[in-house]
Amino acid sequence: MKTFFQRLRDFKLGSTLLLILLVAIWSIPTIGLLVTAFRSKDSAANSGWWTALADPLGQDWSIEAFNTVLSRDDMFGSFVNTVVVAVPSTVLPILIAAFAAYAFTFIEFRGREIYFAIVVALMVVPLQAALVPVVRGLRAIKETTGISLMGNYPGAWLMHAAFALPLAIYILRNYMMTLPMALIEAARIDGASWYQIFWKLVMPMSVPALASFAIFQFLWVWNDYLIAFIFVDSKPVMTYRLLRLLGQYGDGWQNVAAGSFISLIVPLIVFFALQRFFVRGLTAGSVK
Amino acid sequence: MIADVLFGLMSIVLGIAASYGLYWGLDRLVNLTPEHIQKKIRALAYLLPAAVLLSLVLIVPLIQTFVYSFMNQAGKKWVGLDNYIELFTDPQFLSILFNNFLWVAIVPAFTVAAGLLVATLTNQVGPTREKIFKSLIFMPMSISFVSAATIWQFIYIDVPPGRPEIGLLNAIVRALGGEAQSWMLMTEFRLNSLLLMVIIIWLQTGFSMVLISSAIKGVPEETIEAARVDGANSVQLFWRIVLPQIWGTVMSVFVTTLITVMKIFDIVLAMTGGAFDTSVLGFQFYQEYFLNANVGAASAIVTILTLLIVPLMYIQIRTVRQQESLR
Repeated sequence: MKTFFQRLRDFKLGSTLLLILLVAIWSIPTIGLLVTAFRSKDSAANSGWWTALADPLGQDWSIEAFNTVLSRDDMFGSFVNTVVVAVPSTVLPILIAAFAAYAFTFIEFRGREIYFAIVVALMVVPLQAALVPVVRGLRAIKETTGISLMGNYPGAWLMHAAFALPLAIYILRNYMMTLPMALIEAARIDGASWYQIFWKLVMPMSVPALASFAIFQFLWVWNDYLIAFIFVDSKPVMTYRLLRLLGQYGDGWQNVAAGSFISLIVPLIVFFALQRFFVRGLTAGSVK
Repeated sequence: MIADVLFGLMSIVLGIAASYGLYWGLDRLVNLTPEHIQKKIRALAYLLPAAVLLSLVLIVPLIQTFVYSFMNQAGKKWVGLDNYIELFTDPQFLSILFNNFLWVAIVPAFTVAAGLLVATLTNQVGPTREKIFKSLIFMPMSISFVSAATIWQFIYIDVPPGRPEIGLLNAIVRALGGEAQSWMLMTEFRLNSLLLMVIIIWLQTGFSMVLISSAIKGVPEETIEAARVDGANSVQLFWRIVLPQIWGTVMSVFVTTLITVMKIFDIVLAMTGGAFDTSVLGFQFYQEYFLNANVGAASAIVTILTLLIVPLMYIQIRTVRQQESLR
């Protein structure tokens, strides 16, 4: 029979209390935002958000702010724009990265180590370092051919896809290295071509890594400001709109909070539903 | 709007079809060559699309940026080292460099320490509580820097004198008998920058916790048991047994956070717009290029940033090599 004190020790009261304290501190800012999003303009301006928590029944809760930002500030349009930027930016680099990772992992060729070192190096280069020439290049293309890759979605897709490649190749190669080499050799001996092995063996077995990368990349693009600001200014995404809202806080903090809330929903859902994959992607790509 | 969605869907389908066709075609082309050549070029053919994209959008532009940094405002005439000389003799730029230094000196250390603390604690409380606590600490990782900036407004905001406090920090300060402050304007000891750093530590701790936690779980049970049998207490256990075994992960988290922090930009833009001595290299680039339209200066700033990151790049490559040799 365990004594009361043994049970208490097994319960790890000290660690639990300390963790509750830490988690409370970590959650306070987000709670402030969530509460404010559902307050009326008057109460948001005239009392701290924490007072609403102390007296939740005596509050004039309101979803007015959501109406305002969704229609007046067209947060709804921005939501759609963000989806249209994020989904292709996530899907398009996958095959390109997968083929590159496949070559790096399974096929011997001269300079493999050096090329891969370049990929790793490119992961940490600040993307700002490439922006000025890219913008100039795209302008030059527009002047000579009339094709505009600026101001609309394709420019952002291209940039996001290209900037994602180093990390994607790195994550996928790390994963592919854990696949059983014997299986691939056996397939080679049976006469399968490298191309067939890629589609029939390596891609199906790499699905967990592909999912990890896709989630990581989706959240990255969804949360990006800089690329969207430069390449899709005619179709403002949510981070862009939110920054504007932040500048208009004179209209009331409840609007800022509601706008932020709307931009948070998707990442939070993705995060809580697919946390396992997200964590794996993060662990695998921990060099970025 | 519906047109936008359709355009997006169509582009995905077309994009996938085009890239599928591209690799199929490349493979066919390789197959047309004699066997001994096939061996040499197949991998290169599979790498080609990635290499082309990376060259066009990253590698060549990187070199061009370096070249532009020796050119004038419009990026058309050579000015030699003028941009660099101007930057390094400008007290404001030196202050920006100092800010970057502060960010690098403070944020990675605190992020790693907080991650270590949470990872160690959650490892003790059993799977259910571990999962809940970890999720809540990790949650900020999934949101944008701009959203984080809006979230922290509800802590840092200050109001004109006489108005009721709606920022938590000022409310606490007042409750303790202090005087309300305009936190984002407080340049003494770079207090405003320090408050921005708090936001990034808040964002990044989840990352550091997750990686360190999985490293702690990888520590062999025998080593801990053996130390316990020898009479080690939990503090000794942590410092002498666990920490040395997860040191590689701790360092890797440290360097990764360091790189993130070097490039920090959005949070400064959203919180202060770079005013009140809070600007950093990443933000100053944005300022020079988009607001001052100064190609030369912007390129010089981002070249300096890249050069500062190069040593870290070297460390990363070395870490990757070590990890691979362990496999």
